[in-house]
Amino acid sequence: MDKSCARTVDVSEIMQAIRKLAMNTTSNVPKCAISALEDAYLREESPVGKEVIRQILENHRIAREESVPACQDTGVAMLFIEVGQDVRFTGGDLYEAINEGVRQGYIQGYLRKSIVTDPLFERVNTGDNTPAVIYTDIVPGTNIKIMFAAKGGGAENMSGLVMLPPAAGVEGVRKFVIDQVRKAGPNPCPPIVVGVGIGGTFDRVALLAKKAVIRDVGSSNPHPKYAQLERELLEEINKLGIGPQGFGGRTTALAVNIEFAPCHIASLPVACNLNCHAGPHDSILI
Amino acid sequence: MAVIKISTPLTDEVTASLKAGDNVIISGTLYTARDAAHKRLVSLIREGKELPMDIQGQIIYYVGPAPAKPGQAIGSAGPTTSYRMDSYAPILMEHGLKGMIGKGSRSESVRDAMVRHKAVYFAAIGGAGALLAKCVKASEIVAYEELGPEAIRKLTVEDFPAVVVNDTFGNDLYEQGVKEYRIETCK
Repeated sequence: MDKSCARTVDVSEIMQAIRKLAMNTTSNVPKCAISALEDAYLREESPVGKEVIRQILENHRIAREESVPACQDTGVAMLFIEVGQDVRFTGGDLYEAINEGVRQGYIQGYLRKSIVTDPLFERVNTGDNTPAVIYTDIVPGTNIKIMFAAKGGGAENMSGLVMLPPAAGVEGVRKFVIDQVRKAGPNPCPPIVVGVGIGGTFDRVALLAKKAVIRDVGSSNPHPKYAQLERELLEEINKLGIGPQGFGGRTTALAVNIEFAPCHIASLPVACNLNCHAGPHDSILI
Repeated sequence: MAVIKISTPLTDEVTASLKAGDNVIISGTLYTARDAAHKRLVSLIREGKELPMDIQGQIIYYVGPAPAKPGQAIGSAGPTTSYRMDSYAPILMEHGLKGMIGKGSRSESVRDAMVRHKAVYFAAIGGAGALLAKCVKASEIVAYEELGPEAIRKLTVEDFPAVVVNDTFGNDLYEQGVKEYRIETCK
């Protein structure tokens, strides 16, 4: 082994980074979401909708200033970790360290513990919000990038996935996404962020939608056709009339983000994952 | 925007005076309960046993609060999505429940039960947990502490803001709102 190009990282460093991310993320709604809400406040035509956005902005200010979670649902702890292939971990089990970071962060940060053990029969709360949902990607280099997202249950429940025939095309994707948002109505705490995955396989398309929903509000897919579809879908969703909290209005979504991947000649998988107006996420580079 | 002040327990006279779209501020007692607690409450009713709290004229708030930081009465405490309680709500109204606070649409059978039992469904702003927690002056666990955030708590609230979604006449604010602001496309 060529030790000169390897980097050694103790897993306790990962644990500490995740503890801090968990403690700080849910009280600091991303700036991109705040500025999108501020824009929506100016544009919203419904007086009730405008008042809702004002109160949401007030809530997010209180959360930031008083270091309390913007929403009581501090979610499933989701971790997307990019690990440079020249990194070597020492000091113990990486996954145990990640969960220890979540455990300490959720306890020390006074965050809600929302995870139950067995989903169907026992449903006993684990008491520390573990286990986290963890995805790792191996990338070139010696860096470690940790993205933390606290994914709330209410918006998550409104998600959906469909395996379309390729002939369904852009119209098929459009119809599925719009129907999904319409059916969700007031449930996912609009104004929402809509994450759309297109392509890949049954499992991968769901992950693409998840990555899309935690992408910054205001960012666009680098591919111009997908970026245009994002804009068109956003415009169409905001014609649905659902509005802030579903009380009626023009601001149903703050953003539509699409992520895509190559897929099989027989398939056109589409997944739609929703997030509320806060969509807490943050990342750190180690 | 006119705001109507109401306090608990709610009488039929009060619930009948509220209309979908009204802005209210609520003072008094709210009982918290979500999925797991509802399941237990309804089991108790079916077994003919007594509930851990008297729900006559009361409001149940669908919330699982975050833990209180030192100095707080309660942690962030915004509403959770209400449809998950739809299968339990009618029987509770039959036994005297007069109000529910949550977010999101209710089923037809819940809306019918509200008309029948003169009960009202209010929405609080989803995701405004930090703001809403400020209206909670005291919190104590009434039952099911082992459920953690899903335990039943008795909250004492002052001027808790909410909007009437379903009134005792069968009106629905969500349907009204979408109708008013929907833009028909040619597709």
